[in-house]
Amino acid sequence: MIAHAIIFYFLSTITILSTIMVIASRNTVHSVFFLILDFVSAACLFIMLGAEFVGMILLIVYVGAVAVLFLFVVMMLEGNFEKIKQGFLQYLPIGFFIGIVIFLELIVVIGGWQYKSEFIGTSKIIYNANETNTEQLGKLIYTDFFLPFQISGLVLLVAMIGAILLTFRRRTNMKRQDMVKQSSRERVDSISSVDAEINKGVKIND
Amino acid sequence: MDYAIYFFNDLLKIFALVIPVLISVAMIVWVDRRVWGAVQLRKGPNVVGPFGLFQTLADALKYIFKEVIIPVRANKVIFVIAPIVTMSLALVSWAVIPFSETLVVADINVGILYIFAVSSLGVYGIIMAGWASNSKYPFLGALRSAAQMVSYEVSIGLIIINVLLCAGSLNLKDIVLAQKNIWFAIPLFPMFVIFFISALAETNRPPFDLPEAEAELVAGYQTEYSGMMYALFWLGEYANILLMCALGTILFLGGWLSPIDVYPFNAIPGPIWFIFKILLLFFLFAMVKAIVPRYRYDQLMRLGWKIFLPFSLFWVVLTSAFLYFFNLLPA
Repeated sequence: MIAHAIIFYFLSTITILSTIMVIASRNTVHSVFFLILDFVSAACLFIMLGAEFVGMILLIVYVGAVAVLFLFVVMMLEGNFEKIKQGFLQYLPIGFFIGIVIFLELIVVIGGWQYKSEFIGTSKIIYNANETNTEQLGKLIYTDFFLPFQISGLVLLVAMIGAILLTFRRRTNMKRQDMVKQSSRERVDSISSVDAEINKGVKIND
Repeated sequence: MDYAIYFFNDLLKIFALVIPVLISVAMIVWVDRRVWGAVQLRKGPNVVGPFGLFQTLADALKYIFKEVIIPVRANKVIFVIAPIVTMSLALVSWAVIPFSETLVVADINVGILYIFAVSSLGVYGIIMAGWASNSKYPFLGALRSAAQMVSYEVSIGLIIINVLLCAGSLNLKDIVLAQKNIWFAIPLFPMFVIFFISALAETNRPPFDLPEAEAELVAGYQTEYSGMMYALFWLGEYANILLMCALGTILFLGGWLSPIDVYPFNAIPGPIWFIFKILLLFFLFAMVKAIVPRYRYDQLMRLGWKIFLPFSLFWVVLTSAFLYFFNLLPA
C-alpha cells in the first residue's frame, strides 16, 4: 500500500510540475516537451488506476501523434520566443476566466461524487470483475454507447475532410510526376538514334 | 524488506534480458554488414576476432574513447537527452516480448498496445536531436523522420488490428498461442508483407532511410553527434530493428511455436525457435538494405498514405467480415 502511495504521489507531482512548466518555461519548444511529459505521467496515472487500455491509448494518440504535430508546428516558428509571448497580458483575462470555469466544474464533479450510487443504480450495465479492462470497455462502447461512439467517429471524419479541403489547392503551373507513367516507360519510347549532319544538327521535337 | 527482495528480483530479471539484447544487437550489426558485403561481392568485416565477430565491440570501444562534441549554439540539455531517449525507448519495449510461454519479464494484458505506444514515442529521440543540433541538415532530417514515422504507424496500427481480430486478445502470449493451428502469416499474407515494409520505414532502414539520406542531408539528424552519443543512436536503431523483427515473429510467424508440432521439431526449445525466426526476418531486412535503392520522399509518402493505408483498412473490413460470417471469431 505504501509503495502504491509513493508511486502515486511521485507521478502526480511530476504531472503538476510539468503542467506548471508548460506555462512557465521561456522556450516554446521546451513547453511542448513538458506537455509531453505531462501526457506521459497522466498515462502512468491511468495505468495505476487499473485503466491500462485508456493509458496506452493516451500514449499512442496524444504522445505518439498529436504532440508530434504540435512539436512540428512550434519548431517551425520563428526562434524569437519573446515576440510570441508579447500578447500574454492581453489574453490573461480570457485564460483566467477559462481557468475559473474549469475549477468550478471540478468542484461540481467532486461535490457530486457522494451521489454516485444513484447514477450507478440507473445504469443497466453489468459489471464483471473477471473481465479485463479492454473487454469491458469494448462491450460498453459497442453495445450501449454504439450510436454516440459511431457519431463521434463521423464528426472527426467530417472535421478531417474539412481540414483537407480547406488547405487543398491544385497547382497548375508545376510538373507532376506520375509513377505509373514513369515506370512503364520503355527504351523505344524515349531513345531514338538520329544521324546528324555536320554543321547542320538535327531538330528535336519534344 | 519484502519490497527490497521484490525490487532486486525484478532488477535481476531486467539485467538478464537487457544484456543479451545488447549483445545480440552487437552481433546483428556484424550480420548486417556481412550480408551486405556478401551481396556486393565484398568480404565485410572479417579481421577482428574469428570471422570478424568482435568488429562491433572494437567499434564501440572506438566510440567510447572519442571526444563528445557539443556544438556551441546547440540546446545542450535536449541535445544530450535525445540519444538517451532513443536508446532507452528501444530497450523498454523488450519487457513484454515473450520468449516462451513462461519466459517473459512483464506479462501484461495490453502488451501489443504497449509496444505500439513505445515505438510511437521513438520519433521523439530523432526530433529532439534534429532540433537541438541547431543546424539545417539535422533539422530537415528530423522533420522528414517525424512525418515518415507518423505515416507508417497508421498502417502498422491497422495491420495489428487484423491480427487482433484473429487472435482475440491484446496479450502477446495469447496472440502466439492463437497461432497453434496456423501461423497468421498464411491467412494474412498480404498484411505480413505490408507489415514488413512498414517496419522498414518505421525503423528508418533502407530503402526508407530518408531521415539520414547521406546524398542530400549529410547524415540527417545525426550530423552533429559524435563519440558515444552517436553510438547510442546507432545501437538504439539496431535494437529497434531487432524489436520489429521480434514483433513480426510474434504477430505472424507463431512466436516460439515450432512450425509443425511433430517430434524432432517440437523437441527444440521455444526460445531457440523464436531467435531463429527473428534472425530469418533480420536476414530479410539486411537483404533489402543491400538490394533496394532509396525511395524518393514523395514516393515514400504516396506508398504510406495512398497504398498501404487504404489496403490495410480494406483488409480489416475483409477479415472481420470473413470471421463474422464464417463464425470464426475468437471467443
